[in-house]
Amino acid sequence: MLDSSVWPTNDYSRVPYRFYHDPSIYELERERVFKGPSWTLIGLEVEIPNPGDFRASYIGDEPIIIHRDEHGKIHGFVNRCAHRGAIVRRELQGNAKDHVCIYHQWCYGQDGGLVGVPFRRGLKGKGGYGKDFDTKNHGLRKVRIDSIDGVLFGTLSDKAEPLNEYLGEAMLGFMSRVFRRPVEVLGYHRQRIRGNWKGFAENTRDNYHASLLHDFFRTFGLDRPTQVGGATMDKRHRHCVTWGRMESGNDAAKEAYGKEQVASAGIQLQENSMVKYIPDRNDDISIAIGSLFPSSFFIQISNSLATRQIRPRGPGEFEVFQTLLGYQDDTPEMRQHRLRQANLVGPAGFVSMEDGEAIEIVQRATKPAPNDAQVLELGGKGAIQDCDFRINDVPVRGFWSYYAELLGIEPPDGVR
Amino acid sequence: MSADLIAACDLLARYGALVDSAQYDEWLDLFSKRCSYYVKPRENHELGLPAGLIYCDSRAMLEDRILALRIASKYNPHNDRHIIGLPRIIANGPEGISIEAPFAVYQTELEGDTRLFATGLYCDRLERSGETFKISEKLVRVDSFAIQTLLATPL
Repeated sequence: MLDSSVWPTNDYSRVPYRFYHDPSIYELERERVFKGPSWTLIGLEVEIPNPGDFRASYIGDEPIIIHRDEHGKIHGFVNRCAHRGAIVRRELQGNAKDHVCIYHQWCYGQDGGLVGVPFRRGLKGKGGYGKDFDTKNHGLRKVRIDSIDGVLFGTLSDKAEPLNEYLGEAMLGFMSRVFRRPVEVLGYHRQRIRGNWKGFAENTRDNYHASLLHDFFRTFGLDRPTQVGGATMDKRHRHCVTWGRMESGNDAAKEAYGKEQVASAGIQLQENSMVKYIPDRNDDISIAIGSLFPSSFFIQISNSLATRQIRPRGPGEFEVFQTLLGYQDDTPEMRQHRLRQANLVGPAGFVSMEDGEAIEIVQRATKPAPNDAQVLELGGKGAIQDCDFRINDVPVRGFWSYYAELLGIEPPDGVR
Repeated sequence: MSADLIAACDLLARYGALVDSAQYDEWLDLFSKRCSYYVKPRENHELGLPAGLIYCDSRAMLEDRILALRIASKYNPHNDRHIIGLPRIIANGPEGISIEAPFAVYQTELEGDTRLFATGLYCDRLERSGETFKISEKLVRVDSFAIQTLLATPL
């Protein structure tokens, strides 16, 4: 049985590896995290611009559809037929007036409500559904939807707090910084990692792995441990915004970001634009990562912009679904620059491919050791608080503290 | 078989063999001085979206990819095996030809497990270079666009 005694320490500085593997924990997460009071990135308004446009998405491993109706209102519903449980809409995107399940032709409207079933009155006066059968009771399960600056979020819970409150001040600031300017979709990346989804949530909250794991950053000067930056969490420490400034006041940084060649120990890139940051707005933040509990991420690495959604596929596999973005008012040159800098992110990304390998080797080696635990002590133990330095594990402990709260397994006197 | 088709087959055979034996400098030599190399998910192709998984619009960027692969990338240790199907010539001219060829790439990891890593279509523009060809444009359109683990070595 999973209970509060699972934690070796009360400050989440030790996390047992069973959290990556135990199928019963995955079942619990499905109910209490993904169907619990959390919000998940499910898409962008700009992806379904016209009446009738729909797209497939996920909340956790639950398949959903987002659909803009004839009046422009966006609805969300679970993509599982209320009749016999089949996937209703099999295409990933399109434009439609309704959704008809191929199995027995149950038909749902743009809001997911059931509008018709075959043989309702039977055939030639025989059979059919009883008088108590009411289509109102058999619609597709609704997803509660809200949006911030054109970014769509969904929740399967009635208990989730309003989206603004859920995001909190730091994340709202992050969102408006990136999304206030209208975006366009440049493409999608999908990556399947043989690991546990929480490994990815930890990865983006741990800022210092970038300068150690991703040699490209260090070799070509995109990210240095000396760079000014920090990590800001929400009040409950479940989300995290980490950031770094391109200008740290030293010549090396200047050298790395703009001028002639980017070099490190005599090694240089021929195509300097790969690492050149052209400020998109009135600040000098060249790297910013927003991690929203449980499974949504917003990425700015130089001029590469993306959202990422984690789609768990059981305890040992997940998909990273990445949407690459530019701005609608980008010049053709800027658009080309972003397409080039898309080389930085995704499954083949110069500064992200290693994450796939790192998470997989953790998954492989921890399987036989469910009771051993990882060590999260960098940047201090005990209280969980914001750091004005980048080299720390604290937001990772923040993630686990809220996770434990949702699962109902907080240790006695657990820090929050 | 026409001489062009034989030369295209020969180029593709060398292409696969050079990647599979990690001879990336020789692999780069198969490309012309002005060239591009894109790996694009079929999903983006069908939606008319421009972004790729790998996007090298110049030879310099392609060489940077190989430099990064050698000195700055950490990836799952594996061996590649390219199975390249017969090319189809879709355009033919004095400067060169355009071909399409289906491919599959298997990856074998250190303990001998092999998985089908990628399938898709090569859409290549080949430029005449004497009796042979150099690759001036290569678009690797990936059917298996849910990339397993990561994509480091060239497709």
